[in-house]
Amino acid sequence: MGETLRNTICRISQEHIEKNNGTILGECLIDGGRVRGTVPDIPEHPGIMESPMSDLAIGYVACGHALAGRKPILVVRFQGFNWFNIIGSANYAAKSKEMSGIPCPIFIRSVAMDGGFGPVASGSHYGLIYRMPGIKIAAPSTPKEYESVWNNFIETNDPIYVSEHRATWDIDYELEDSIEKKADITILSISSTRLNALNAKKRLSDEGITTNLIHLPWIKPLDLNKKNDLILESLLDSKYGGLVTEGDYPAAAAKNIAYDLMHKTGKRVYALGLEEKTAGFAPHLDNFPATPERIYNKIKEIVCE
Amino acid sequence: MNSSDTKHYSNLPLFSKEETLEMFRRMCDIRNFELYVKQINDKGLIKAPIYLSLGQESIPAAVSMIYKNPAIFAQHRCHGYYISYGGNLEELADELLHKPTGCSRGMGGSASIQSPKIRMFWHDGFMGSNAPIAVGYSEAKKYEKVLAVMGDAAAEEDYVIGGAIPWAASKKLPVLFLIEDNNLSVMTPVEKRRSWRTAKVAEAYGLNSVEISDDPWEIMYNVRELSKDLPALMNIHTKRTVSHNGSDLIKNSDLDRFSLTKQELEKLSLKKEVEEIERSSESFMSDLWKRRTEN
Repeated sequence: MGETLRNTICRISQEHIEKNNGTILGECLIDGGRVRGTVPDIPEHPGIMESPMSDLAIGYVACGHALAGRKPILVVRFQGFNWFNIIGSANYAAKSKEMSGIPCPIFIRSVAMDGGFGPVASGSHYGLIYRMPGIKIAAPSTPKEYESVWNNFIETNDPIYVSEHRATWDIDYELEDSIEKKADITILSISSTRLNALNAKKRLSDEGITTNLIHLPWIKPLDLNKKNDLILESLLDSKYGGLVTEGDYPAAAAKNIAYDLMHKTGKRVYALGLEEKTAGFAPHLDNFPATPERIYNKIKEIVCE
Repeated sequence: MNSSDTKHYSNLPLFSKEETLEMFRRMCDIRNFELYVKQINDKGLIKAPIYLSLGQESIPAAVSMIYKNPAIFAQHRCHGYYISYGGNLEELADELLHKPTGCSRGMGGSASIQSPKIRMFWHDGFMGSNAPIAVGYSEAKKYEKVLAVMGDAAAEEDYVIGGAIPWAASKKLPVLFLIEDNNLSVMTPVEKRRSWRTAKVAEAYGLNSVEISDDPWEIMYNVRELSKDLPALMNIHTKRTVSHNGSDLIKNSDLDRFSLTKQELEKLSLKKEVEEIERSSESFMSDLWKRRTEN
């Protein structure tokens, strides 16, 4: 058994403050359980900077850390907080290199979970930042993927928004793409919906529907996945085109990815994410991303159309 | 606070003749640079919004005399700080003329100028965002001295009055918050916007703070005192003589700080030196703008 994603995040963060003079900035970093064990257990380290509850200022303060050369990790405990927390990062950090030639590299760890939190706090909200040029977006779900995203951050000077999902923190294995010749459909999957897609794929296979599954740890730019040829070949070879699955509302990332791929392949590519409704707290009023059931149903609908 | 009827700091033996004249030279440089920008803008050569500091020259000139070598986080009305702290004037002129040789390669225009040479960082256009960035910079640089400049309206932003200022207070960061208070948010006066005074709120957070006029000697005196124990906040009342954006003159009969400063200097028997500074500054800026507009 390998290192879990949780431990990978914690180890990388600790190395960053101990060896790179980096900082970790966020609200309730230590006393609330170290963001479920992903923040290093060295509370007195000066590189760990507890912030006041200053949701609007914190993104800008992180920009100050970045301009000072500390390459901050900004921890946003719930992606719903993005509506306040990432304003500074999205507007200043993303534009700094183009505006001034001075990079403003921030590693934004923003945590999602699916359902159970009503209309606030949880869910994936990377769509908010998808429209902003100058910032990369990733949703690594395995230890190696996370290392790869982190290495990109260290090797470049770009701000990166990292959509983490609690459901993936215990993963201690890698997720491989699954490709067959003449598949019925190709699933391109993001974040926790990758696990859901695996589940749906198995169920569809039992019914004789073959699916290719391609994992997308990088959401923007898609090229960073280094799978362009694989994606295009798989789509062109798939009888019914493709389906992009994600945990956010599909109006931003999933539909954009599908749009680009349709133009490149001439194949129909669908998008499946949250439903267009507000989640309630009662279980029957919740709003989940592309669940195994919804992926299964959508593919059945496409194949039987 | 807007009147000239303030304590006569110029008469106190607080600053040398050389310091006083250098402060005035900086006021002249800002004024003359901005007057040429106005001329050029009036001719239609500038195709983007401009934010001039005419009438407010005393603040950057005086602050830069005392608060030396900070990292500078200003916002859209910032030519005065760039000039006073020694930014490259040719690059600033080129920036306003949209040239690739500008200090922000033409990307920043008047509102987002920068200068790595003097550690002046660009601004993103959200009023007051420079304050929390300044706070973060100071915190991450292990308590390096910074200057955060904004207007009276930007100071109201929640990430300033409820974010950056208390953050600096809690962590005892060496930040000087400077509010250029012309009592207007574009055209809306303070009393229509809020019931509190920025300096009082800062004081409640534990900052040393003052609310003063833009008399340059009063500014220099207070910067010197406040910078002994940062963070601190200065709310400086001032009057601009041009519109919020652009180069239209506005009626401003009740205060002309530049003339008042000259009068004070004459009382100090420095009339001859003042005339020489004015002449050389005007000549320098004339040559500068001639060169930049010929290219």
